[in-house]
Amino acid sequence: MATSTELSEEQVFEDVVTLLKPFNKKGIEITRDTDFSTDLDLDSLAVMDLVAAIEDHFDITIPLNLLPDLERVGQVSEKVHDIIKG
Amino acid sequence: MDLLDKFNPIIEAKAKLPFEDGDPFMVCMEEVISQTEAVINGRRTILAGTNNYMGMTFDKDCIAAAHQALDSLGTGTTGSRVLNGTYAGHRELEKTLAEFYGTRHAIVFSTGYQANLAMISALCGSKDYLLIDADSHASIYDGCKMSDATVVRFRHNDPADLDKRLRRIGPDVGRLVVVEGLYSMLGDKAPLQDLVKVAKAHGAAVLVDEAHSLGVYGKTGRGVTQEAGVEDQVDFIVGTFSKSVGTIGGFCVSNHPKFEVLRLVARPYLFTASLPPSVVASATAAIRKIGARKDLREKLWAGATRLHDGLEKLGFELGAPVSPITAVKIPDQATALRFWSGLLNEGIYVNLAFPPATPQGIFLLRCSLSSAHTAEQIDLMLERFEKVGKNLGVIGAASEKRPSGEAEQTEQDRPARGVAAATG
Ligand SMILES: Cc1ncc(COP(=O)(O)O)c(C=O)c1O
Repeated sequence: MATSTELSEEQVFEDVVTLLKPFNKKGIEITRDTDFSTDLDLDSLAVMDLVAAIEDHFDITIPLNLLPDLERVGQVSEKVHDIIKG
Repeated sequence: MDLLDKFNPIIEAKAKLPFEDGDPFMVCMEEVISQTEAVINGRRTILAGTNNYMGMTFDKDCIAAAHQALDSLGTGTTGSRVLNGTYAGHRELEKTLAEFYGTRHAIVFSTGYQANLAMISALCGSKDYLLIDADSHASIYDGCKMSDATVVRFRHNDPADLDKRLRRIGPDVGRLVVVEGLYSMLGDKAPLQDLVKVAKAHGAAVLVDEAHSLGVYGKTGRGVTQEAGVEDQVDFIVGTFSKSVGTIGGFCVSNHPKFEVLRLVARPYLFTASLPPSVVASATAAIRKIGARKDLREKLWAGATRLHDGLEKLGFELGAPVSPITAVKIPDQATALRFWSGLLNEGIYVNLAFPPATPQGIFLLRCSLSSAHTAEQIDLMLERFEKVGKNLGVIGAASEKRPSGEAEQTEQDRPARGVAAATG
């Protein structure tokens, strides 16, 4: 985690894709444009678990206020990268 | 574009539900007979889902006090607390609440919903953090939306998760942890000692919503905070008059030295009319009673235990250990609806609860008891739950009477007993 400040956005995206694996029930290919609700069918509970997994992995806080703007995987990795940069 | 088109999925989903015997969201109490009985669809019905924990709605002293206030002060205040809406009764009610809780301050709102909106939005500004339990009531979520704070959810009743989140946020910002004493849907209690310990270790303020626990928990009915012995560490207690107090309204009590400033900044306090005098009078009378009436608390708990144990013995899956809220988990929506209307046809009213009001996407038949329920009424509830439950196959037809190995044999003999028995 000590090196997390040096992570590139691309690395963050790859980590998010890995974290998404248990939530990808249909086994679809994850791209930056994959939509959490329409493509992955995540309900609010799954979203909470996924957010917690991302928060734990990067040791960051993703506030509830941000969630409405995070519909696609690419938006998440960009936001997480922003949060890590501080 | 019609503004209401966005609700089409909801309209369609509702149309698909098997509403064979009426709409659970449109129940009308045609006559109210007592705290525990009403006429619904022309049928005398036992009320087993009204949050009327202490049976105060028909308390003689509360009614007398309300009558007197109504006759002498009129039907309403027609104004905000900060304009013409503060009567001597509102002050008296706040004094009564402060005495009941042993706090320096008390503030009364027009509903419990507004109490949460007011407190949460006023306490937390744009630089502050709100940490709320994931299973929080809608009024807490809406208070968060109304505030400009950063909102962080922690896992339901999970002190370790709260600890982790507080650590990430750090000590340099204002932080308010919001929890409930007793969660309204499943009837599960917060591990308040541990949650408060974590919050205080990080220097965060704590607000406890005791909506369903006022009157019910603690030696003098002050709630889960009192029972857990953490009253000196909880900064704000929010509550409602719409349940154990038997009327309508909300409040917050606190020892915070600057508490009174909230009357000047909390918008749901400022920009709405105050409670009518009759409501204020009955709430005051009820609060005075709740502390002293240990007998009502004991009766409530005896009834709650009877219902809980009875349902468990019948084979139902319940949401939590014994509390005045007993939530029966039903596997799917259609069965939940049929069960609910089956009970209503048998003269038992309970709450039907669906997501998003329920956590974990589950379907519930939610019972809440009153100290006014008799043991006979509770036994009737159990009887009807058993009858409908067996009809629908939610519990096995032979779940009680299976004393010997014989039952197993007969089951093998009859492999085609159907889904009902198989799931029971
Ligand atoms: C936990 C909780 N908080 C607040 C409220 C709101 O109370 P009121 O009915 O006074 O608006 C309720 C009741 O629905 C509740 O369950």
